[in-house]
Amino acid sequence: MSDLIELSAGEAARRVQAGELDPVELFEAYRDRAARDDLNAFTWLADSAPASTGGAGAELALGGVPLAVKDLFCTSGVPSQAGSRILEGYRPPYTATVVERLNRAGAPLLGKTNQDEFAMGSSNENSGYGPVLNPWDRARVPGGSSGGSAAAVAAGLAPWALGTDTGGSIRQPAALCGVVGLKPTYGAVSRYGMIAFASSLDQAGPFARDVSDAALLLSQMVGERDPCDSTSLAFPEPITMPDARRLDGVRLGVPEELTGEGIEPGVLTAFEDTLRRAEELGASVRRCRLPHAPHGLSAYYLLAPAEASSNLARYDGVRYGLRVDGEDGLLAMYTRTRHDGFGAEVKRRIMLGTYALSSGYYDAYYGRAQRVRTKIAGDFDSAFQEFDLVATPTSPTVAFELGSRTADPLSMYLSDFCTVPMSLAGIPAISIPNGLSDGLPTGFQLAGPAFSENRVLDVAFALERAIGFDGSPARR
Amino acid sequence: MSERERTDSPGTRDTPGVDLEPVIGLEIHVQLSTRTKMFCGCVLSFGEPPNTRTCPVCLGLPGTLPVVNERAIHFGLMIGMALECELAPRSVFHRKNYFYPDLPKGYQISQYDEPLARRGRLGEVRIHRVHLEEDAAKLVHVGTSGRIHGSDVSVVDFNRGGTPLVEIVTEPDVRSGEQAREWLTLLRTTLRQLGVSDVDMSQGSLRCDANVSVRPRGSKELGTKTELKNMNSFKFLEQGIRAEVERQIEVVRSGGAVEQETLHFDPSTGTLSLLRSKEEAHDYRYFPEPDLIPVRVTDEMLAAARHALPELPAARADRYETTLGLNTSAARHLATRSELGEYFEDALRELAAASDGGRTPPPEETVQQLANWVTGELVSRLGESDPRESNVSPSALAGVVAMLASKSISVGAARQVLDRLVAEGGDPAQIVELEGLAGLGGDAAEELAPIVAAAIEAHPEAAARMRAGNDKAIGPIVGQVMRETRGRADGAEVTRLVREQLGV
Amino acid sequence: MIEREQVLHIARLARLSLSEDEVTRMASELSKVLEHVEKINELDLEDVRPTTHVVEVENALRADEPRPSLPREVVLESAPEVIDGGFAVPSPQA
Ligand SMILES: [Mg+2]
Ligand SMILES: [Zn+2]
Repeated sequence: MSDLIELSAGEAARRVQAGELDPVELFEAYRDRAARDDLNAFTWLADSAPASTGGAGAELALGGVPLAVKDLFCTSGVPSQAGSRILEGYRPPYTATVVERLNRAGAPLLGKTNQDEFAMGSSNENSGYGPVLNPWDRARVPGGSSGGSAAAVAAGLAPWALGTDTGGSIRQPAALCGVVGLKPTYGAVSRYGMIAFASSLDQAGPFARDVSDAALLLSQMVGERDPCDSTSLAFPEPITMPDARRLDGVRLGVPEELTGEGIEPGVLTAFEDTLRRAEELGASVRRCRLPHAPHGLSAYYLLAPAEASSNLARYDGVRYGLRVDGEDGLLAMYTRTRHDGFGAEVKRRIMLGTYALSSGYYDAYYGRAQRVRTKIAGDFDSAFQEFDLVATPTSPTVAFELGSRTADPLSMYLSDFCTVPMSLAGIPAISIPNGLSDGLPTGFQLAGPAFSENRVLDVAFALERAIGFDGSPARR
Repeated sequence: MSERERTDSPGTRDTPGVDLEPVIGLEIHVQLSTRTKMFCGCVLSFGEPPNTRTCPVCLGLPGTLPVVNERAIHFGLMIGMALECELAPRSVFHRKNYFYPDLPKGYQISQYDEPLARRGRLGEVRIHRVHLEEDAAKLVHVGTSGRIHGSDVSVVDFNRGGTPLVEIVTEPDVRSGEQAREWLTLLRTTLRQLGVSDVDMSQGSLRCDANVSVRPRGSKELGTKTELKNMNSFKFLEQGIRAEVERQIEVVRSGGAVEQETLHFDPSTGTLSLLRSKEEAHDYRYFPEPDLIPVRVTDEMLAAARHALPELPAARADRYETTLGLNTSAARHLATRSELGEYFEDALRELAAASDGGRTPPPEETVQQLANWVTGELVSRLGESDPRESNVSPSALAGVVAMLASKSISVGAARQVLDRLVAEGGDPAQIVELEGLAGLGGDAAEELAPIVAAAIEAHPEAAARMRAGNDKAIGPIVGQVMRETRGRADGAEVTRLVREQLGV
Repeated sequence: MIEREQVLHIARLARLSLSEDEVTRMASELSKVLEHVEKINELDLEDVRPTTHVVEVENALRADEPRPSLPREVVLESAPEVIDGGFAVPSPQA
């Protein structure tokens, strides 16, 4: 295996900037590995380094280090299918703001990664283009919905990657694949060009092998607000490279509601070990309460499908994507196109969301869910009066076997139990590799107040060193 | 005019038993004349080739997001102010979800429970709400195509899609098709003067639907309403409403019940056909648009909108009544047809200048007389066309009215002068000169005296009855004077001279 | 519990055709999920305001300034069917 692959993205960028490494050579090294992808992590691969990369990397912050991008980010002239057959072969005429920014900062597009259809799933088994395999155990799922990005980074098919997180779609696959995944504050990263699942929750974020690489990629994703996204916000400060060695004075809160039953013993043990490491580094660790967090999943599985049912109405066979005509007019064209184009989980959520918004049910479902959301955000606000950050396991379980949960949607939904509350509150949360349980990665989640990314990254950085996770087995 | 006077529906005209009253509310859609669309930077389209004024946003491409056009909000606020509405300090966009090929996202971004403005009034009709939304695209039926398995085909052009719309919903204060037409004319003038829209019904920049129901006069609750669509001219609006009111009254009279349904007006036949019955009524699943944030109306935005407001018909009519002393109907007429108002004010300036260099304003009766000649004699000759583009200059009409006021010509002569002015323009004084229409009243009294004396001679018995106190007997005497003077004499002056010479 | 008729009604609103067994499966799956999410009915949410946006920002307005539209060939590139420079669809009335 090329030792270029073993370089962290940051180190590779530094060498390119120092003129010690040719960015094209780096790009080709990753392209060759990605081309031999046996995890089904990629749905499209660049045939060569874009001309612009040649040498250009040297002056740019991201040093020409190639980037894998989740399929649902629109990339001009490049297939952008959001894991759905209804968008098979669709090539948009424009590029998502965040991808544009990263390209300009010196991260050329390596390829597009597989995902659950329209980001709806926690196992990547809902992709219209086949499941992605977990590099730690090819009989198991990588998590989802950003399963392709997580697996690609874990297996060294890409130095880093872009994903999106709506209820845990970055953090949960990061945990199951043993990589770092960060969901930024809602609004910190432009959503323009991100094929929407649930607009009020979707947020783009980085996948990386370590916390420093995640910080480096994030530093080029945030900044000025995007005039094309009314909900985007200027980031109040630059993202700095984390360097904390100790955690003296850091107050960690451990919410009872998210660390009790439902968490696999192996995962819980690994979690408590790391809490002890945090104390050894000088942090104070105390229990805290998020009384409404257990209702997060319920609110989430009303709000997200409701927004999705509307966001996915545009796939109607008129302007782009799949079209299935019938003998009998418009209604038949609509219903057949959508029947054949959408997978089972997407149909389920469209139905659920349509029901939650339909006349007579809005107040009982959508309206109540929005109020639960207010309560959950309030829980975090009061927790952050006493604590700097809250810590939980990222996923209640390690990677599960392919097909083991597809029969029971509800059991699949429970994978997001620990990650959904932060999404509803719109606050930043990171998942870092937290050692193995029965040879499979577990994840440790840290969340902070809105725009506390620098704090979150700093604490994650210190814990990462203390944990000393070795991800190289997945790259062999 | 009071609502009673304006209530002229069949329900009130020919109902022996039940006196049924029509109750009508209007829903108006107005295309705003911003430069770009409601949520994207595409320039508004005026008949460009199909799909040449579109972008990823207004095509609803995956991943795109809307951004609100600031001028659309500005125009919305101006309209809200002009309609005397309460302006919402904070308003919110919602998604109205339904499938149709002219709706690229599968939902229309509109406003729902927090509109830009509510509770206003224009003339005698109260405004329920004013809100912003985006227009749909154009769907053109092209017949049968082999390509889609021989079925009927339509083609979508997204140039119009996303054009900013203001929707104005009235309270059910309208009582007849005629009133609906008159009121919509007032609204059009108002919006035109605001400069926020072309307000052209034939081009679809002004569209009006009507909600029609009937109820026993005096009853307070509303009957079951039907919704009338596609009445794309003022004439059709009046026709459609009248037809529907007649239909509903027939239904009720024959003991039936009106069904809640949507009706489509067919201009070619002037009839209504069923478009949608209640069973097929939509479930729009409104919810707050998560891609947009609320609009907070700032003091700066309010100041800018207020500053941009011109004098509007209601205010102008009021000024004509209070400061110029015109009667209500003339004031309203001049205010609602703004081009008449402009013409009238130009002529009024000329009149003042002519009299004494404009130092003292002309007497009220003269001003009223000028107004009457503009709204009466002139309009009866020019019809709908703009007097400012006619042969009759404001100063010419002012001249005619001045001569009338000084009794130097008679009304009949003035009418002949105006005919000539309309035909070939020119200077009224010269026309009077050439045509020998100079009046015989006022200064020409001594020329008139012998003619009056002769007429009294010719009608001794009439003269006798007048001396006996019977004023009505004056007819034949005045008649002869008028014949002698070919109508140039002023009637009042003649009467004065007759009574003088008879000593009554 | 979701009845078969409700499933069909929602499917029509969502413009989804469902096979017989899809309808049956959908009815039981949706019922299970709703049974779970209805736990939020236990909460007292009296005078709690609904959250649409977690970050309370207002007025992200755009100046009324033109930006270039797309060339028509690009607009129609992905269209399933084009007639006379427009997107062809089966007629609604048909
Ligand atoms: Mg409307
Ligand atoms: Zn556009």
